[in-house]
Amino acid sequence: MAVVVEKNLLQRVRGFVEVEDLSVSFKRKGHCVQVLESVNFKITPGEFVCLLGPSGCGKSTILNAIAGFIQPTSGFVFVNKRHVDAPSADRGFVFQQYSLLPWKTTFENVEFGLKIKGTPKAERTELVDYYLNLVGLSKHRHSYPHQLSGGMQQRASIVRALVNSPSVLLMDEPFAALDAQTRHMMQELLLSIWSDLKTTVIFVTHDIEEALFLSDRIFVMGVNPGRIKQQIDVTLARPRLVDSMISPAFIALNRQVFELIREETLKSMEVD
Amino acid sequence: MAGSSRKTSRFLLGNLIAAITRYKKGDRASKKSLINPKVFRRCLSLLLFFGIWQLLCQTKFNFFINFENVPSPIEVVGATVDFVKSNPTKHIKASAFRVLTGFATAAVLGISLGILIGWFQKIEDLIFLPLEILRPIPAVAWIPLAILMFPNAEAGMIYLTFIGAFFPILISTIRGVESTDMLLLRVGQSLGAKQWHIFKDIVVPGAMPSIASGLVIGMGNSWFCLVTAEILAGRYGVGYITWESYVTSNYPPIVMGMLLIGLMGAFSAYAVDRLTCLLMPWRITKKKTV
Ligand SMILES: Nc1ncnc2c1ncn2[C@@H]1O[C@H](COP(=O)(O)OP(=O)(O)O)[C@@H](O)[C@H]1O
Ligand SMILES: [Mg+2]
Repeated sequence: MAVVVEKNLLQRVRGFVEVEDLSVSFKRKGHCVQVLESVNFKITPGEFVCLLGPSGCGKSTILNAIAGFIQPTSGFVFVNKRHVDAPSADRGFVFQQYSLLPWKTTFENVEFGLKIKGTPKAERTELVDYYLNLVGLSKHRHSYPHQLSGGMQQRASIVRALVNSPSVLLMDEPFAALDAQTRHMMQELLLSIWSDLKTTVIFVTHDIEEALFLSDRIFVMGVNPGRIKQQIDVTLARPRLVDSMISPAFIALNRQVFELIREETLKSMEVD
Repeated sequence: MAGSSRKTSRFLLGNLIAAITRYKKGDRASKKSLINPKVFRRCLSLLLFFGIWQLLCQTKFNFFINFENVPSPIEVVGATVDFVKSNPTKHIKASAFRVLTGFATAAVLGISLGILIGWFQKIEDLIFLPLEILRPIPAVAWIPLAILMFPNAEAGMIYLTFIGAFFPILISTIRGVESTDMLLLRVGQSLGAKQWHIFKDIVVPGAMPSIASGLVIGMGNSWFCLVTAEILAGRYGVGYITWESYVTSNYPPIVMGMLLIGLMGAFSAYAVDRLTCLLMPWRITKKKTV
């Protein structure tokens, strides 16, 4: 393997994420609405964590605060002991919506972060080619986003973030818009990439099976205001394959989480 | 002249009727020979346009609108032949030069000011209001000032074609920049982009489709203002011929001048459209028919 690629793969810093007393309120029609109340958690380097909860509970808001897109009303986010106050390539982000730049080809999209960093052309090409190959997009390197399927676009978005060697990968329901079959393939692909890189991943989803299949730990969120309701360790063996999803342990966990989420969903409906 | 013109018009009408009946029948052979139905429909539209016009002139149609003194297509063809024989390039060149210079200046100024106004709130506060006041003023109203302000008539004329193109380009650019997708700004930030890259790789390309339509409209408007401009002065120019023919009561060249301006305007707007499409290879340009 080329030296450049090896360096990119091996010299990764794994993110240690600390969220301390994070509260966020938004102004809506003149008055303040508290969206998050005193969220606390620590994520160890290399861990795969899911934020799971009904829609509207504040999952994206937590992720946006870690990314630095929004400023918390109170509380702090630290990544590797450094205070987060603005977005940076050190925290890669994969959005729920298709978010490749429409005027750049697949190759140029993935290359963009390296270009900003000032990586020399030859190195850029080598790295981008490596990552495109990793997610099976080599053939589509010169295609524009509108020529790609949804799954392809999300694969490109994932490696666009990873090529910058972020210490944390933040993913906001990245597979929610995909059909079930494609979603499964993407989940397996993501796990296989993660098992190689062991980058810290914070993955937002409202899909219980997805959370169980992917993560080491699940933070189940509660609503009104948004907070971490319970923490669940997912001790299912890795590597996980489709078969893992029919194991008794998986089903038991699924039921347990289902009850938790159900309570919250009912609660969120009552208030409306 | 009159006899030959009648003969030609009968020939045109005959063709037209034959074409319509053939089209209605959906005759296979005729469709094949005309390559495809799209081209056929477009030819038909032109044929109908000139046919009806000729008919109205020939019957001296006079009901509220009076066609008695309107030159017929065939008279216009005659005027065109005379025009072509009389060294037309100096007129076309003069007009094209004015429009292109005015348009190019408008494009440079409109796009750069538009980007600044759209992106920086302070610049918008400083210069947008005066521009809004100037915007609705039609080119004709600028004639006196153009005479007073510019060192020679040529510069004044270029200014008037500039005015036509500048505002559509400016406004479309501002709208394009302002409609930048929040999501894509975040994409840029999370890839480490600072102001310059966000601007160059996200804001400007995102505004390009809007800028392009501003350019196409601006190009059309520039030709639109040409007659106004060439009333101002000059001995050359398509707009000048049009106006001069009216002053000297020589009617067919008026229509020829009008059509010539229309044609050159349409052609240059089309050229601008194609060129801007070449700059945006990522766009899907096919019409979406449901
Ligand atoms: N910029 C904002 N301004 C006002 N309200 C917001 C804003 N962003 C999110 N919210 C509100 O905060 C709540 C949580 O939103 P979000 O974090 O997107 O939830 P989730 O991702 O879990 O579906 C929602 O009720 C939403 O309406
Ligand atoms: Mg969300």
